[in-house]
Amino acid sequence: MTDQTAYNFAYLDEQTKRMIRRAILKGVAIPGYQVPFASREMPMPYGWGTGGVQVTAACLVPEDRLKVIDQGADDTTNAVSIRRFFQRTAGVAVTEATAEASVIQTRHRIPETPLTEGQILVYQVPIPEPLRFLEPRETETRKMHELEDYGLMHVKLYEDISRHGQIATAYDYPVKVEGRYVMDPSPIPKFDNPKLGGNAAIQLFGAGREQRIYALPPYTQAISLDFDDYPFAASKADHACDLCAAPDSYLDEVITDDQGSRMFVCSDTDFCASRRAAGHSGPMGTPSAGADEE
Amino acid sequence: MTPEALLGGFTDAPRQSARAFRAALEAMARPGTVWAVDGATPPAPLSVAAGVLILTLCDGTTPLHLGRSYDLPVVRDWVTFHTGAPLVAAKDAHFACGTWADLMPVDRFAIGLPDYPDRAATLIVEMPALTTQGQRLTGPGIATAAHLGLPETAAFRANRALFPQGFDTYLTCGDQVAGLPRSTIVEAV
Repeated sequence: MTDQTAYNFAYLDEQTKRMIRRAILKGVAIPGYQVPFASREMPMPYGWGTGGVQVTAACLVPEDRLKVIDQGADDTTNAVSIRRFFQRTAGVAVTEATAEASVIQTRHRIPETPLTEGQILVYQVPIPEPLRFLEPRETETRKMHELEDYGLMHVKLYEDISRHGQIATAYDYPVKVEGRYVMDPSPIPKFDNPKLGGNAAIQLFGAGREQRIYALPPYTQAISLDFDDYPFAASKADHACDLCAAPDSYLDEVITDDQGSRMFVCSDTDFCASRRAAGHSGPMGTPSAGADEE
Repeated sequence: MTPEALLGGFTDAPRQSARAFRAALEAMARPGTVWAVDGATPPAPLSVAAGVLILTLCDGTTPLHLGRSYDLPVVRDWVTFHTGAPLVAAKDAHFACGTWADLMPVDRFAIGLPDYPDRAATLIVEMPALTTQGQRLTGPGIATAAHLGLPETAAFRANRALFPQGFDTYLTCGDQVAGLPRSTIVEAV
């Protein structure tokens, strides 16, 4: 490089990117299996998307248009700083519109707008091992994956039912991929689980602290675990969005004052804003995106 | 070392390898699709696509096996100069490159361990032609069914039967590359 102060394209050195790329390809070839990789320290703390950032860095090309969301929002600290990170180190274009993005890095949501072929969705994963809270030993969970021994997970879901009358797991809801590996979809709400399977985009999962990468190729089967008499049900707050009136999007509950007032708004800010721009309006919204709710 | 071994590498490795990886990722994630790559001009008999894959994925930590007809001084020198990948026998290889006849029998290659199925070889199979007609493919990455001209059916069916173990394959011809992960179900038509 001529400019000694500049970063390599997409921050990471080439040796590191090759190592991550090989892990991603093996992850794609074995859907749902967690591939160990030599996670690097990134210029952000663990828990802020170090795994997702490394996967994104390994996938980005100069022509990409990057979108970053945090709990569905494009304008929160984590999303803004990761977007700026790649603007500075890779020089890629950025967008908030799901349909315009070629790579989307996400923390804990799948965009409401259906993804298409050619898009890549990169998840930030805190704990990639779905069995970890049931069995703390890595040697044991690895053996359980090897032997397809997922009975413990069903016991956990059964105990939910016996204690609460229903499966109480509302996020981080485990899925079985192509009838083989049980996979942690990262802490997305279970409302998003049906979008994991059969998705047209490539879905990549990066866990930086835990040093694992896994993947769902397009059109891969991912079935949420359940029981015949307690079938899986995607759930959301029983409201329509107060700003855009969307009846079918995932909602955040927002406390608006000290008197217990609250409103429900779409967690996907791009989805909500584009609906309002198209003229939809809920009880607390205006048809065009106003400055007060940004 | 042969002088031509020094030529034909990436001129802008970060960007060229990024674009090449993206094609390799799409190819592996969508079996039955064919992608074009560029950036490398490796010495014959290596195709552009095989050369680009080696530059993009191989380095000093990934032993490479060269098939019989590819195990030439100029190819060995080119790979060594540009990637530093150790050249090894089939059973120790993380990557292998050659024609299908060179790589037979494919049961020599690593298929990973039951608890670490990722420790498996990736084969780069040089093809006389790459077409989306031929064997019927189904499985992850494929919406309904796809077709790809494969050198044979039985070896890939046997490989699928090992899932989640098994090797993964890239098929290359000229500047074109297609992927065939171990998860794909191959049927003769």
